[in-house]
Amino acid sequence: MKMEHIYLDHAATTPLHPKVLESMLPIYQKVFGNPSSIHYFGREARKLVDDARENIAKAIGAKPNEIVFTSGGTEADNTAIIGTAMAMKAKGNHIITSKIEHHAVLHTCQYLETQGFEVTYLDVDEKGRIQLDEFQQAIREDTILVTVMYGNNEVGTIQPIREMAQILEEHSALFHTDAVQAFGVKKVEVQALGVDLMSMVAHKINGPKGVGFLYVKEGTPFSPYQHGGEQERKRRAGTHNVPGIVGLEKALVLAAENRDENDSHYRRLQTIILQYLEEQHIDFSVNGDVKDCLSHILNLYFPGIKVEPFLTALDLGGVAVSSGSACTAGSVEPSHVLSAMYGKEAEQAKSSIRISFGLYNTEEQVTQAAKIIAQTVKRML
Amino acid sequence: MKPIEETRVVVGMSGGVDSSVTALLLKQQGYDVVGIFMKNWDDTDENGVCTATEDYEDVARVANQIGIPYYAVNFEKEYWDKVFSYFLEEYKAGRTPNPDVMCNKEIKFKAFLDHALSLGADYVATGHYARVERSEGKTKLLRGLDNGKDQTYFLNQLSEEQLSRVLFPLGELKKPEVRKIAQEHGLATANKKDSTGICFIGERDFKTFLSHYLPAQSGEIRTIDGEYKGTHEGLMYYTNGQRQGLGIGGPGGPWFVCGKDLDKNILYVAPDNHPSLFSEGLTAEKVNWINGQPKTTTFTCTAKFRYRQPDQPVSVTVEPEGRLTVMFAEPQKAITPGQAVVFYDGELCLGGATIDAILQKVYHGKLDFVKAN
Repeated sequence: MKMEHIYLDHAATTPLHPKVLESMLPIYQKVFGNPSSIHYFGREARKLVDDARENIAKAIGAKPNEIVFTSGGTEADNTAIIGTAMAMKAKGNHIITSKIEHHAVLHTCQYLETQGFEVTYLDVDEKGRIQLDEFQQAIREDTILVTVMYGNNEVGTIQPIREMAQILEEHSALFHTDAVQAFGVKKVEVQALGVDLMSMVAHKINGPKGVGFLYVKEGTPFSPYQHGGEQERKRRAGTHNVPGIVGLEKALVLAAENRDENDSHYRRLQTIILQYLEEQHIDFSVNGDVKDCLSHILNLYFPGIKVEPFLTALDLGGVAVSSGSACTAGSVEPSHVLSAMYGKEAEQAKSSIRISFGLYNTEEQVTQAAKIIAQTVKRML
Repeated sequence: MKPIEETRVVVGMSGGVDSSVTALLLKQQGYDVVGIFMKNWDDTDENGVCTATEDYEDVARVANQIGIPYYAVNFEKEYWDKVFSYFLEEYKAGRTPNPDVMCNKEIKFKAFLDHALSLGADYVATGHYARVERSEGKTKLLRGLDNGKDQTYFLNQLSEEQLSRVLFPLGELKKPEVRKIAQEHGLATANKKDSTGICFIGERDFKTFLSHYLPAQSGEIRTIDGEYKGTHEGLMYYTNGQRQGLGIGGPGGPWFVCGKDLDKNILYVAPDNHPSLFSEGLTAEKVNWINGQPKTTTFTCTAKFRYRQPDQPVSVTVEPEGRLTVMFAEPQKAITPGQAVVFYDGELCLGGATIDAILQKVYHGKLDFVKAN
């Protein structure tokens, strides 16, 4: 049986854009030098990395020397959080984050707790948003870092990053945001956001896997996380992933160029699913805030549906979505994000799925997926 | 009947060689095969190693080799409620439970079967060495052809309805053949060691494991004649017929466990071949007849009282309330309350029950019930 598999899990990862592949292939074929080498081959590679750094900086309103290339989002988050904690530990040991962060942030904060740091995990409201007054109250004299994601990877909620940055203006604490999910649909300008550190990755925006960067504002106290050679001004050791960095550059530029168009395309796709489910009288609700969220993420709660068989049945029916949260030994754990929004034992955390759109999703595909989702819900209830 | 390629079979894949070959054989036969790994127990150890994670890795490798989709399902809660709670209750009551029998009844062929059916499955399959025969609208459970591996003992509590949805492709094979098939196809699990013992305890020390959940109270070890022999570490750690780990020697040995007095917390031992180690019969409860209760209330058949034991001729009486009295043709050693007694008519598995008490000739020669000995 040949079945079309519809991919609606772009928040997990995305396919490579053909133009990104096109930009990387000649590097794989011809440029192999180590950018740190002083000879011709090194210089040739170095130029590519420098050019990429410049274009990437431009795309987020930063300076080239504020870009530190990493192996991806997780490394960028670890570097930002552990690096800051180490660099700032003379000033204090308090860190503020939220309960709905990606595990790359949450587990890093938990690790720092075992190393003597104190972490405040901010609650969120039912839409998944941090309350500014709670944030304000959590700030202490010895707070050294605030790390809060821009847009949530499970429900798409956008956090008030600008407002938080304003609250922190008079405070010496550094402000980090993970913008990995937001970049494709939201304007990401570091100065407008007011952050000191920002994580970004290529593979969420049709770039290659294994490459990302950390924005580090000039003058920010910084302690490297990965040690070795003197690459990235001693901020991140390790030979540069030159083709990856070129692909990252291309993906970022394309994503920024097509952002508005993609955003409205994803909004249309959201509407198609929501309308179809309503027409079919499916009992469901949206987790998060449909109006003010990352448009490529749609998280739906189906009362009475067990998420494990639901995801399995959808995949067997040709629709690839996820529950957005972690798996252990392949089995789905209740979502920590939905638990934070609705309470620990909330049904939403066990009966919700995340649909996430991408570049190549057509209206026909999404209509077909909506049909399969509706059929599966009806069969399983 | 549906064409075979539209017949969906969900295989319970454990990451072992038996379920790997089960999936392979069904795929070769042309079924629409889906592999699903059951996570029933969180066993992450002090080093952060979780055997479930490693087993799931093997499921993924094998499923990709065979070319079938694979998933996982979490039954930790169901397993705790239905199997582990029973396991602890039985130990608390001084009996030796059989969690595998309960797991088959409540998890593999209930929770998992329901899960599979909700995914549009026509059948579930597992790597059990047993056969299912379907004819004239009836489903029968037959022994696996590999007599040494036959696992019907663990399947005795299944209903005919459950079995009607089950395939056991390994029932026709011998274990070495299964290994050979796995090796010939280069399956990742071809040379993986078979799991032994109770799944949630694994390689760990049984006493240490149980002591985390049940308080142990040490007490006296006495001979059947009342002579003091030493101390035991807690009655739950001992099973009838056990010789190892008693820590007692001295004249008259070796010594074997022959009974427990729960009220006085005394463990009784007897020398080898002592009459108190033998019983003439047993009573059993929680009776399951796979194809319905036998037509007569008293009948003869064969039975096993433990896994891999050769069949013993018995005479069964169905008591009015459904309980059983089972009399042995020959006295039997080390019958253990809590374990299963399983009945056979030739190749056919009739069903089984949980051993409740043994019937012994007591010293004064009168045949009498000895409760939960």
